[in-house]
Order: sequence, then C-alpha cells, then structure tokens
Amino acid sequence: MTDPVLEIDNLRVRFDTPDGTVDAVRGVSLTVAPGETVAVVGESGSGKSQVMMAAMGLLAANGKASGSVRYRGEEILNLPPDRLNRIRGRKITMIFQEPMTSLDPLYTIEDQLAEPLRVHGGLSPRAARARALELLDLVQIPDPARRLRAYPHELSGGQRQRVMIAMALANDPDLLIADEPTTALDVTIQAEILRLLAELQARLGMSILFITHDLGIVRAFADRVYVMRAGLVEEQGPTRRIFEAPEKPYTRMLLDAEPEGEKPPVAADAPVLLQGAGLRVTFGKPPGFLRRDTRFTAVKGIDLTLRQGQTIGVVGESGSGKSTLGRALLQLLPAEGRVVYLGQEIAGLDRAAMRPHRKGLQMVFQDPYGSLSPRMTVTEIITEGLLVHEPGLSRRDRAERAAQALTDVGLDASMRNRFPHEFSGGQRQRIAIARAVVLRPRVIVLDEPTSALDRSVQKQVIDLLRRLQAEHALSYIFISHDLAVVRAMADYVMVMKDGAVVEQGPTRAIFEAPGAEYTRALMRAAFDLGDLLTG
Amino acid sequence: MLIYALRRLLGAIPTLFIIVTAAFFMMRLAPGGPFDQERTLEATVMANLNATFGLDKPLWQQYAIYLGNLFQGDMGPSFIYRDKRVHEILAEGLPVSVQLGASALLLAFVLGTALGTVAALRQNSRVDYAVIAVATFGITVPNFVVAPVLSLVFAVMLGWLPAQGWGDWRQMILPVIALALPQVAVIARLIRGAMIEALRSDHVRTARAYGLPARMVVAKHALRAAILPAISYLGPAAAALLTGSIVVEQVFNLPGIGRYFVQGALNRDYTLVMGTVVIVAVFVVVFNLLVDLAYALLDPRVRYD
Repeated sequence: MTDPVLEIDNLRVRFDTPDGTVDAVRGVSLTVAPGETVAVVGESGSGKSQVMMAAMGLLAANGKASGSVRYRGEEILNLPPDRLNRIRGRKITMIFQEPMTSLDPLYTIEDQLAEPLRVHGGLSPRAARARALELLDLVQIPDPARRLRAYPHELSGGQRQRVMIAMALANDPDLLIADEPTTALDVTIQAEILRLLAELQARLGMSILFITHDLGIVRAFADRVYVMRAGLVEEQGPTRRIFEAPEKPYTRMLLDAEPEGEKPPVAADAPVLLQGAGLRVTFGKPPGFLRRDTRFTAVKGIDLTLRQGQTIGVVGESGSGKSTLGRALLQLLPAEGRVVYLGQEIAGLDRAAMRPHRKGLQMVFQDPYGSLSPRMTVTEIITEGLLVHEPGLSRRDRAERAAQALTDVGLDASMRNRFPHEFSGGQRQRIAIARAVVLRPRVIVLDEPTSALDRSVQKQVIDLLRRLQAEHALSYIFISHDLAVVRAMADYVMVMKDGAVVEQGPTRAIFEAPGAEYTRALMRAAFDLGDLLTG
Repeated sequence: MLIYALRRLLGAIPTLFIIVTAAFFMMRLAPGGPFDQERTLEATVMANLNATFGLDKPLWQQYAIYLGNLFQGDMGPSFIYRDKRVHEILAEGLPVSVQLGASALLLAFVLGTALGTVAALRQNSRVDYAVIAVATFGITVPNFVVAPVLSLVFAVMLGWLPAQGWGDWRQMILPVIALALPQVAVIARLIRGAMIEALRSDHVRTARAYGLPARMVVAKHALRAAILPAISYLGPAAAALLTGSIVVEQVFNLPGIGRYFVQGALNRDYTLVMGTVVIVAVFVVVFNLLVDLAYALLDPRVRYD
C-alpha cells in the first residue's frame, strides 16, 4: 500500500466550557490513501466534524487537540498558523456544510477565488483571474465570466457550493475534506454536486474525505467508511462490507433507521375535514410611485381535500411553496381562494372569528430549537393553548392534560417542569407535537417535522406520529422534501414545483409510476444515487 | 439607487417642514422677547422695534413670512446682532463647526475602529478589559466635564496646548478630543462586538481554512463585515457631535455656530435660533442619507429601490 496522504493517530479534542470540559473526540485514528474516498459517518454530536476542524487548525478558541495528524508523514497538528498555511488551502482543502454563509458576502466570486491562488501560487491578478474562470468552468457553472463578477447572494445554494469546490481545487490539492457539503441542498442539487465531485476526482485524482450523516451518500460515494459515535470510531471497513455485514449493533441501528412501511389509503367515503380551493398566495407590493413591482406568487391556485384519517404528503424542493400552502390552509397568512373546515368557510375570517376553529387545526414546525420558547417550562408551553381554547379547565385539569400529552408522545411526565434547552432535538420535537395534540385537534399540519433530526431519531418521531394518528383519528398534512419519509407516512402525495402541483395521487401509484418528469428526477436523486454517480 | 436618493430627499422635505414649524412656535411659547432688557424700553420705542422686525403682525403671518424668506435662502434679520442677517452670521461660524465636527468624527471612527479591533482579537485579555473600561468611561462622563478637565490639565497645568481660540492646528487638538471621546467609546464597543461575531462567522472560517495570512483574514474579511454597524452609527454620531459642539465651543471659546445657538436662545433671538435649528436639521437628514448610501456601497446585499 502506498503511503497515506493523511494519517490521524489517537486524536483527542476537548472543549473548556463554563459547564466543565467536554471531550468531543476521544482518541480517533484514521488514514486516507492517495486517490481514495473515505467517509466518516455519524449522528450529530458524534465528533465527526471536530476531527477535521482539529486537523485543519480551525477549532474554536476554547478547543484543544492532542494526538497526531500527519500529512504525507509531516506532523501538522497544532502547528503555528504561518507554517500550517503552507498546507491548508493548498494541499488539503475543505468545503463546508453551509454554502449560504461560507463565502464572504462582501466580495465578488472572482475576489474570493483569486485569494488562495495569489497567496499560495503567487499568481498575478491577471493570471489569477484567468485561472478563476477556468475553475468555474471546471465546476460547470453556467456563464462563468458573468459569475466571476457576481456576489455570493446572487448565486443559488448549489452554485455557491460549486464555487466552494472551485476554490478547493484551485491549487491542485492532494486531499479534499468535504464536511456535509450537500446537507443544506435540495436532493436534485445534491445529486448534481456529488456527481461533480466524483467526476472531478476521477479526472484530478485527489483523495476525498467525506463527512456525512447520510448513509445513502456513503454507499454511493465512498470506498471506505469510518462509523463514529460519541467521539470514538465504532466500526470501520470497506463500504460494501459495512453495508452488507455490519459488525456493531450501532452500525446496524444506523442502517435500519431508513424509514419503512407505508400507509393504506382511507376509504373513499371518509368524511372530508379540510378543503382548499383555488388557493393563491402572493407576497410583495404592486408597483407604485417610484417603486418596482415586487409581487411574487408563492402558491398558484391549489385545490386540496383532506379526509378524516388521511395523510397528504406535500413534496417539493425549497422555494416550491409547500410551507406557504400549509400556512395558507391554516389561515396563518393572507391567501386568496376558499378554505372549508368541517363544512364551514374559514377563509377571510378575522382573528376572533377564526379562534374557535384553531383548536382543531394545529401545526408542528421544522425547527425544534426555534419553535419552543426558551423561557417557558414544558408544562407552560403545552398548556398555553388550553388557556385560550378551554378556559374553563382548572389548573389541576390542565396539568393532568399536559401530563397525559407528554405520556402520549413518549416523554416522562416528570420532565414537565424543565425548560426546552434541557432536551435533545428529538425530545423537543415530541414536546412540539404534545403542544399540538393536547388540544385534541382534527388536523395537524406538519412542516418538515423530521428534517432537523438524525435518521434514528427521525424514525422514532415517525412511529410516534403514526401511533397518534391511529389513536386519535388525526389527519395530517405532511410537508417534506424527504421522499423516503413521505413514502412511509403519507397515503396521498402532492408534488409541488414553483408554487403549482405538478403531480398528485395515491402514494403507491406516484412512487411506482411517477408521471411527471420532475417527479422522476426527484426520485432518481433520492433513491438511485449510486446509478446517478456512475451512470 | 439614484431614485432611492431622490425619494429620500423628497421625504426629507416634510421632515424639515415639521421641524421648522415646531421650533418656530415653541420658541414663541417661551416667555419674554428679544427686546426685553433689565431696563424696560419706552413703549413707543418698543412699538417701533416690533414694527421694524414685523413682530407686531399676527403670529401666523410672521410664520408665513419666515417660511417664504427661508424658501429664498434668507433666514431673516438677527434681533440682537444688529445690521446682520442670520445666514451671514451662520456662514461665519459654520466652517469652524464643520471642521471641528468632521475632525472629531474622523478621529472617533479611526480610533474607535482600532481599539475595538484590538479588543476583539484579544478577547477577555487585559487589553480587552482596558478598552472596555475606557469605553464605559467615555460614554458615561459628559463632555461638559471632559472639556474643562482637558483644558485644565493640558493647557493650564502642563501648558502644552492653548486653552482657547481658533486658527492654529494646536488650538484644535483639545476640543476635537473632547468632542470625539464619547464617540470613540461607542464606536469601539460597536466594532468590538461586531468583530467578535465576524471572527466566528463561517466565511472567516473559510478564509482561515484556505490558508490566508492572519492579517488578511482580519483586515479583509472580518473587519469589513464588522465595520458595517459602525458605519450606520455615523449618522446618529454626526448629530451627537453637532449638539456636543455647543458645549465644547463654549468651553474652548471657539467661533462656531454652537455658541450662537445658546446665546440666541437666551436672548430670545428668534431668527438666530431658528437658523441654527434649520442648519442642524439639514445636516442630520443629509448625513443619515449619506450613511445609508455608503452602506449600500459597502454591502452588495443592500439594494435600495
């Protein structure tokens, strides 16, 4: 075997925090051979990113690393920046998870691409510009000459990640570290970026170290895998072996965490709970004195019928209008069109007139960190709705209902006096669900309720939602970009693009024989990543 | 952006109109008049004076006449400085005040930025604590205390610098420092906070990951982002300097417009006070517009339309 490009030996990372020392990485060893693609997999908090941050000298100020990190035999851990800078950004480069914020918003693409070229390669401004253009061409950005003069905010997320890749390739690196580079992107864009990386690797021959929580990507992309858990490498080996014969229970658990099962359709004569007709949502203002037309139609005339016990999956990429549709149905933002709930028109009702209906129409949001007030206890959060909708309840009855709701969502009722920050992401999402079900609603709009969660936690939340649906005859509008989750949860699917429905039908029919080209592209990107990368 | 600037200027007209109107009537609400002296004048003399300056007309007529004159760039006659029109008086003082204010603003911006940056780079060190202490001091101690103390120490006791007057650059040093100090403090704190945030931001991490030299990371990527909130503060800062200069000009006996403002108010020199108010208001409005336009130039994400 040839000498490895990168060797990490017994790396430890600890952070001094006001609450004491946190051992984020507790002795990790790994190697990357020339031309090899290695994946480091783990759930959030496993320390996978911190391994690379330590290696690249990018730890936060309160972090300390010990052990050994060697690049082609040379020790680079804890080198002073000026010596480390001969390697980082030049021989080892990095792309990050957040394409929206990883580029400096105040400088043009050309400025930022040229920086590492001029600093490391000593190129003249002119030569750097020419090379920058070449690089944008290499990462297949359309109209590269114009993009050079653009600012990051003028590019889409996928384009920004392409710019980051161009920057990473600028000085012909030996190793590219990709830290969740596609997590923030839509599935179709993710597939394009991964294909680009695979192509570039075949052409340029660098090694890639891929950090991700997404096993689908690992299977399609990596030669070897390290599975990390709680700061340690739990299992490692060739990708195939790990996927076909995992040795550790944790690895098996990760592999089994893909959402499974399906939901049978409801009876055709099940009562209709919620109906939307010709829903249109427009943002912005019409043109006026010295003012441009800023109107933008996010939802372009959508009809929808939700029956008792039904789950309608609303699928689409970011900007497709799926969340806006959910809010419009609940009258949380002004919309044109009709909305009928339990046979009564609710569109256009004012706040007071809408209030009695709100009890039956609840919502759960994507971000379990932002959607719970940090200054209220769990009981206060859960009972707040009861104060409005069932003001006759005594304090004791409310507490009882809250305890019952907590038990319903699988949390210990003894946790009811704690604050949200004491809970994990999955537990917080359970609290958010408890806040909705405590009111005994008929309809819950679930807006990406599992997207911020690790796969294993996601599976538990899905099981919970299914159980609650069966026990309380709930109907769901399930909004998600994740086709695997929608397939498992919904019995009816609507595929949205640019504010309109491109295709809809029973889940099984849509997934087995998608009619629209867009639906097929979404499915290829989500389920056939391997074929997409090689084909 | 040109359209935006135009719209803002149009929007400034009603603002100025309201300021002028409010100042005009509030001034007249105050008891006393420009010709009340310790020894009361004879009634006929008083009537003559009032007639000469139009003070015998009904108030609304005086207001209309004032507005009409103002529109033509005439701020009316001063009631105290005989034989002088108000805009002539202000034209003499304005260059002094502007020079003083601009120097103080520049000093505050440069020094504040430097101190804030150093503090952020050495967060929670002695340097950082020292800067915070100075900043807190600068914000809390009013300049009617700072100015006399500076004058006492450096002019009277040490004799290094002149205590008053205008014309020589050495005479500018103390008033500019007295005027700039509170603003240095505010800007240093703003920059420190923004800089700490910028140093933790994703794009600064990118710059470090790409092996850019430390000074380039700090000066080019972190500081440019951190300076933006300080730029927005320059609008209010300019207003604070204009009002601050009233005190400083008195202490150091400078021939700026600040002292006319105070003397005018005490003497019920209606037109002089009005003139100063108009000048200050125009400055604040225009400066805020300039700041907003500068912000758009520095941050490509900001587009006005």
